[in-house]
Amino acid sequence: MTAKEAHITVRDLTMAYGDYVLMRDLNFTINRGDIFIVMGGSGCGKSTLMTILIGLKAPAKGKVLYGEVDFWGADAQTRDRVIRRAGVMYQSGALWSSMTLAENVSLPLETYTDLSPGQTREVVELKLALVGLAGFEEFYPSEISGGMQKRAGIARAMALDPEILFFDEPSAGLDPVSARRLDDLILELNESLGTTMVVVTHELASIFAIGSNSVFLDVSQRTMTATGNPNQLLAETKDPTLRMFLTRGEKS
Amino acid sequence: MTAHGEMIMEYPSADTVKLVLSGAWKLGGELPGDDKVQQTLQDKPGVRKVVFDTRELATWDTGLLTFLMNLSKFCSRQHININSDGLPGGAKKLLELASAVPEKKDARQAEERVEFFTYLGDETIYLVQSAGALLAFIGDAVIAFQRLLRGKAQFRRADLGSIMQAVGAQALPIVSLICFLVGLILAFIGAIQLQLFGAQIYVADLVGIAMVRLMAAIMTGIVMAGRTGGAFAAQLGTMQVNQEIDALKTLGISPMEFLVLPRMLALGLMMPLLCLYANLMGILGGMVVGVGMLDIGLIEYYNETAKAVGLWNLGIGLFSGCVFGIIVALSGCMRGMQCGRSAAAVGDAATSAVVTAIVGIIISTALITIICNFLGI
Ligand SMILES: Nc1ncnc2c1ncn2[C@@H]1O[C@H](COP(=O)(O)OP(=O)(O)O)[C@@H](O)[C@H]1O
Ligand SMILES: [Mg+2]
Repeated sequence: MTAKEAHITVRDLTMAYGDYVLMRDLNFTINRGDIFIVMGGSGCGKSTLMTILIGLKAPAKGKVLYGEVDFWGADAQTRDRVIRRAGVMYQSGALWSSMTLAENVSLPLETYTDLSPGQTREVVELKLALVGLAGFEEFYPSEISGGMQKRAGIARAMALDPEILFFDEPSAGLDPVSARRLDDLILELNESLGTTMVVVTHELASIFAIGSNSVFLDVSQRTMTATGNPNQLLAETKDPTLRMFLTRGEKS
Repeated sequence: MTAHGEMIMEYPSADTVKLVLSGAWKLGGELPGDDKVQQTLQDKPGVRKVVFDTRELATWDTGLLTFLMNLSKFCSRQHININSDGLPGGAKKLLELASAVPEKKDARQAEERVEFFTYLGDETIYLVQSAGALLAFIGDAVIAFQRLLRGKAQFRRADLGSIMQAVGAQALPIVSLICFLVGLILAFIGAIQLQLFGAQIYVADLVGIAMVRLMAAIMTGIVMAGRTGGAFAAQLGTMQVNQEIDALKTLGISPMEFLVLPRMLALGLMMPLLCLYANLMGILGGMVVGVGMLDIGLIEYYNETAKAVGLWNLGIGLFSGCVFGIIVALSGCMRGMQCGRSAAAVGDAATSAVVTAIVGIIISTALITIICNFLGI
């Protein structure tokens, strides 16, 4: 195996809302080209961890390093520059509701590239087709279902072919076939473009199918209790909470 | 069969209490409270174990479960062992499920009673902070405007167009109605006084100057505060709720430029035009009274108005209109951007946007009036 290069390093991170500490002492590394799964029960702070990683919320303590750059120690411009190379899919889709799907996907392209309108349209069509939404270009977000909004959110997130893609529960609310297709898409993008993926999810099927690395946030301990390849974790873990999570609590 | 649940306590051994439950343990029926058991357990500190006998239990539902939950909470506090083997199988499983996830204690925000002075202090600090936030927002808006002047601001021209249409052309009917009536009312009030001296003709001066210099701008401003300021706040607030604004930020697009700037520009540009139109409407309203009721000739009324209303009056009116437009846009956008993540927060944002805008309009009217007075114009 080739030596892996750290893409995002999290050091001694504590996240809190005011006095309410969600998680403390988080330490893990996301390597370049990883499909990194953030797993844990609902409400344990997975989305919050993501907002810290993408620069929307400052950590209470600790550091996030992008390569060598201290993300939260740097000024706002540096943070902007770093995060511009990332794409984010939000838990609720967060499509701009006053724009059509095509406009949603093309806004990043128009803002950061010099593509002609024709080229932009082609890219938009491709990205929407990739998530199974070909032909929905002129629809408004309110005119499509929740699962479709999620997929459109993914199309927007990958509009600029970012180095890192963040997904917040991409397959929640999707039918099994679409969820499976989404997993394939994530794997494919990861392999062909080398995109680092950070996926917040608790779909076991996805976790084992796509995850190459992971971190498990344990609510009861208020910290992470494991990190590593999920399949390996399942085989080796002695921690009853993690075992319960990875086996849906079914006794084997 | 008894229509209500019954409980008998037995003492099979010195450290055990056995609860014999019988009858129908249904919610809404007559049920023995668990306070009786708690009392007994407290009176007999030797008891370390609770067991159940439910062979006589006919039916049960949530009524039984709440009884058992309360009891088990009490027992775990007192370190008394509960043996649930005697319970119906279903009840046992449901209880296990209900206690599978431990209660998260610090997640629940404590509803503390705050003292009056603490409350007063908190509110004062909040007021100071929100004044700071207002200044910061205005500062950000000015920076965004500078970037616009340097041609670097990012927003969609199409957005600007549609906002201009929404705040301009579509506001014409309501502005017409309000300003026409205000002109009419001013003329009526003036006429009653001026008729006493036979000086009806000065109704034209009164209405003209009042409308052009002040009233048209204020009335349009207030209409726009209610109509557009609230709408901006609701729109941006909903975007905040849906994380749409987060999505802009992570893309590196400044919401200040993308959302606030076009709204500010649209209102800043359209308000003077609306004011101009409102002036005409107001004068028309006054004319209806002057010509119809006071028998002033149409031409006469027009000439008197033209003589009375100077260019300065018009300039001050339009300038005020522009300022009010920016105030309405800023307060609407600011409250929208500060909005929390719930439907109620969107409502609060809309309310507070309208209030902020109206207060802003009145205060700036006062300032403009004082400054004009000072400059002698
Ligand atoms: N804006 C907020 N203010 C205070 N507490 C919050 C806020 N957002 C989330 N929380 C709390 O943080 C916890 C974790 O939330 P979240 O990160 O959304 O969880 P999840 O792991 O399901 O994505 C929840 O218990 C929630 O109560
Ligand atoms: Mg979440």
